[in-house]
This record gives sequence, structure tokens and C-alpha cells, in this order.
Amino acid sequence: MQLTRRDTLALGLGAAALTLLPFRASASLADDKIAEFTGGAPVGEGGVTLTAPEIAENGNTVPIGVEAPGAVSIMVLAAGNPRPEVATFNFGPLAGAHSASTRIRLAGTQDVIAVAKMADGSFAKASATVKVTIGGCGG
Amino acid sequence: MASGVKPRVKVPKKASAGDTITIKTLISHKMESGQRKDKSGNVIPRSIINRFVCEFNGETVIDVTLDPAISTNPFFEFEAKVPESGEFTFTWYDDDGDVYTTSKKIEAS
Amino acid sequence: MNAAKKLASAIALAAVVATPALAGPDDDNLMINEELNMVTETAAPAHLQDAFDTIYSGWRFRTDETQALQIDDFENPAMIFVDQALEYFETVDGTEGKSCSSCHEDGPEQFAGLSATMPKVIGGKLTTMEDLLNAHRAKAMGAEPWKWSGPEMQAMVALIGLQSRGMPMNVAIDGEAAPFWEKGKEMYYTRYGQLELSCANCHEDSYGMMIRADHLSQGQINGFPTYRLKQAKLISKHNRFRGCIRDTRAHTFAEGSDEFRALELYVASRSNGLSVETPAVRQ
Repeated sequence: MQLTRRDTLALGLGAAALTLLPFRASASLADDKIAEFTGGAPVGEGGVTLTAPEIAENGNTVPIGVEAPGAVSIMVLAAGNPRPEVATFNFGPLAGAHSASTRIRLAGTQDVIAVAKMADGSFAKASATVKVTIGGCGG
Repeated sequence: MASGVKPRVKVPKKASAGDTITIKTLISHKMESGQRKDKSGNVIPRSIINRFVCEFNGETVIDVTLDPAISTNPFFEFEAKVPESGEFTFTWYDDDGDVYTTSKKIEAS
Repeated sequence: MNAAKKLASAIALAAVVATPALAGPDDDNLMINEELNMVTETAAPAHLQDAFDTIYSGWRFRTDETQALQIDDFENPAMIFVDQALEYFETVDGTEGKSCSSCHEDGPEQFAGLSATMPKVIGGKLTTMEDLLNAHRAKAMGAEPWKWSGPEMQAMVALIGLQSRGMPMNVAIDGEAAPFWEKGKEMYYTRYGQLELSCANCHEDSYGMMIRADHLSQGQINGFPTYRLKQAKLISKHNRFRGCIRDTRAHTFAEGSDEFRALELYVASRSNGLSVETPAVRQ
């Protein structure tokens, strides 16, 4: 097959669209996951704290923390990942605080979302934007 | 995966009964996401730790569902109540059916 | 180098080192496990005083989040591999039915201080920790050599290095070491690859600037093997050298080559005075 300049350009555009697609599509994927978690119940703001760096030096290992006093469980989502699920923390009777920290993978700059299910059955949400930088040489 | 999986946990040796303590856990695991491809373009199958549980004397402290977005060598930090002397048990469940456990005793005064 | 070539490489460097934005070392203090105070900034060693007044650990160029991973051994993912190395230390391997501990009964602790002086000349040969480990595996244990950047090798290099953590780097550059050191120094200032970049172009002339979205450090190796978040495992010094030279678009030298041994000695000597941080955590 002989490629013309126009073909090459079109290919490039196609590839660019493909690259963008998962990021766009997964915003709704995250919404789907939230709906699954809440059973469609309304989600309030406040009562959940999500700690995440503003800038992550490497998307492979991004430290995050969640806290929601009185929560039964907290679900963490990464809205811009190919699959948004990250983890769900379920607190038992001996949880000393309704908080936890871990390290997560982010495919690029995006919003991280924490949704807490409270003991009374209500839901609350917090989110934070994390900029994931491309490295220098080490990338 | 089973080979070389090694848990590390940090639990204080002593506490006052009723205290809340901080626990840190780290385990060696690739956490293969199922999103990567090998050199010939085939998807590398997902192989992760999918659940982590911490219990104290049989009662749950925390029960975590892990998805492939958890980093290689999963790390958790959380708080636990220590109502009496006893033993924390930590259990990690691998996709391949392997289960890794470790435990730590604590003395409550 | 003629003027045109000089200009071309200046442009190439400008292309990677985009802006002279301030990205220098921060003022944070590295204290590990709330007890071990580390020297992350000190007067440059005498041989380096034309280039720098002060040398800085790479830790000082990282974000708070990355720095935090190194201040507590339970946060530091490299410690998983140090634990594994403790097991290898006790594991019998090879034809002689021996483990490390068969000879080294006092455990890895007896190697306190060793890594701070490596690489060094032994029997006329510039010897790195990797060389030393494989030599002992062959001679005393009758065991197969470990691969230079393999997980067993780097875990063991990290375990031995940890015994010197907090001690000042202090490699010898004179006497028998001098010719190797001179060779390494020459490499450090040689421009490699299509981008015509030397180690010094980035890590001496441009440290504290941005390279794309990253902060350029002085390229010190006092924390190696280091847990890099990118690869999520321990990375050897020679692996990092290889990566740097590859990124200049050059054919690189092999891990375990005499060239990289010499470069390791020279780069280590630029860290003389900084605390051994092994195993460090970097981006």
C-alpha cells in the first residue's frame, strides 16, 4: 500500500481520536460505577475528604487518602482511567477511623473521586484533580 | 505469582486498651492490570491481588476490594481499635487463588 | 567542536531543557524513621569545586509526595526487596552447599561502611558491589552469577547498601583508582548520541532546571539501587546510566561493562560527602 500525505494525516487523526476516546467515554463509566454503588440514590457533598497530590511525578504510584467519619464504605474511582474502579474500603466494627491511604495508578491528568456510603444509607462525594506529569528522560 | 510475594506490616507492639493505632501494610505483587500488551501485541492477562482484609481477634477492621488501578506492591495505611490484647491477622487474596497471610500480636494494658 | 556543531547541540539541549524555570533543590530535611538524619546537601568534594560549590541529593529535587516514600521504611517499597535479600542471604545455592551466611555469620550488618567506598580497585580491577557479589557466589558457593540488573542482584546490593545508610559516600579516586577515575571523568564530559549530550550538560550545567515536566537533579548515585516509581522496582546504577545515554539517542554501553564501571566510580566520587541513601525512592 502506498501512503499519501493525506492518508498519513488521516491515520494520525484517527489515532488521536482513539487516544482521546477512552478518556471521554470513561467519564460516564465513572458515573455508571457511582450509580451502581449508590443504587441511584442522590449523592451529597461534604462529609468526605479526599487527599491527593495536585501534581504527581509519576502516574504509576500516586498516594491518595480518604476519610469519611461514620462511613460504612468508601469507593474510589479514577474517572480518566480505561477502567475507573480503583478500590472500595469497607470498614468493620474495629476500624479506628473511617479513613485509609493507598497508592494508585492514573493513566493521565484526571479527576479522582471518592464516594462514601454512610451508616444511615446516605451517600456523599468528593473529588480532586491530579495532574500527572510526563517525565523528563526517565519518563 | 505465588513466588516471592512478601508481606510487610507495621503494628505497634503495645497499646492501651481502647486505643486507636495506625497500621501500615505493604506486599510485593506486580498487580498486572490486564491493560498492557506484550511485545507481540497480545494483552497480558490481569493478575492482581483483589482483596485485602485486616481482622483483630476475628473481628473486621477493614476489608478492601482492590481493582487493577492499585499500584504495584500494594500499600495500605489505616486505623484500628485495640479493645484488648490479641492478634491482628492480615490476608491478601490473589486472582490466581493464592492467599497470603501474616499476623502480629499486640499487648493491651 | 566547530561552531555549527556547537549551535546544533545547544539547540538540541534547548529543546529538552525547555525553560530555565526554577526547579532547584528544595529546603526539606531528610530524616528517616524519625531518627536517622541524612546529609542531602554539603560542600562539593575538592575535585568538583570548579563545577559546584554545593552538592545535593536527588531527594531534594522531588515532590513532597515522592520524598515521603523515603522517610519511613514502612512507606518505602524498596524494603520489600531488602526483606527478600535477607532470605537470599540465608539460602543455600551452588555446588558448595553454602549460603552467604555460611561464611558471613554475623549477617549483612558486618558490611556497614562497605558500600560507601564502592566501587574500588581490588586486585588491580575496578570492582563494583555487583562484581563482588558474583565473585563470592562463584568462588565460595559455586553458584551461577546473578544477572547485573536482575531482582536478586539488586535486592542484595540494596541490602548491603542499607548497612551504610547515613554514612558519607567516600570512594577513593587516587592511587590505583586514578586511571579508572580519569576514564570515567572523560566519559562524563563526552557528548553522546544524536542529541550530542554529555552527562554534564544536564546534571552539571542545567541541574535545577526543568527537563520537560521533570526537575533535573545533579545525577548523584548515593541512593542506588533506587526504587523508581516508573518501573516499580529496584533500578541499578548501570541501568540508569544506560537509560540516560540511550535518551541521547546513542548506542549505549552494556550494564557491567568496563566503561560503566569507570563512570560509576567517577559519578560516585561526585557524591562524596552526601549520605548513602540506599535504597532511595525516585519518580
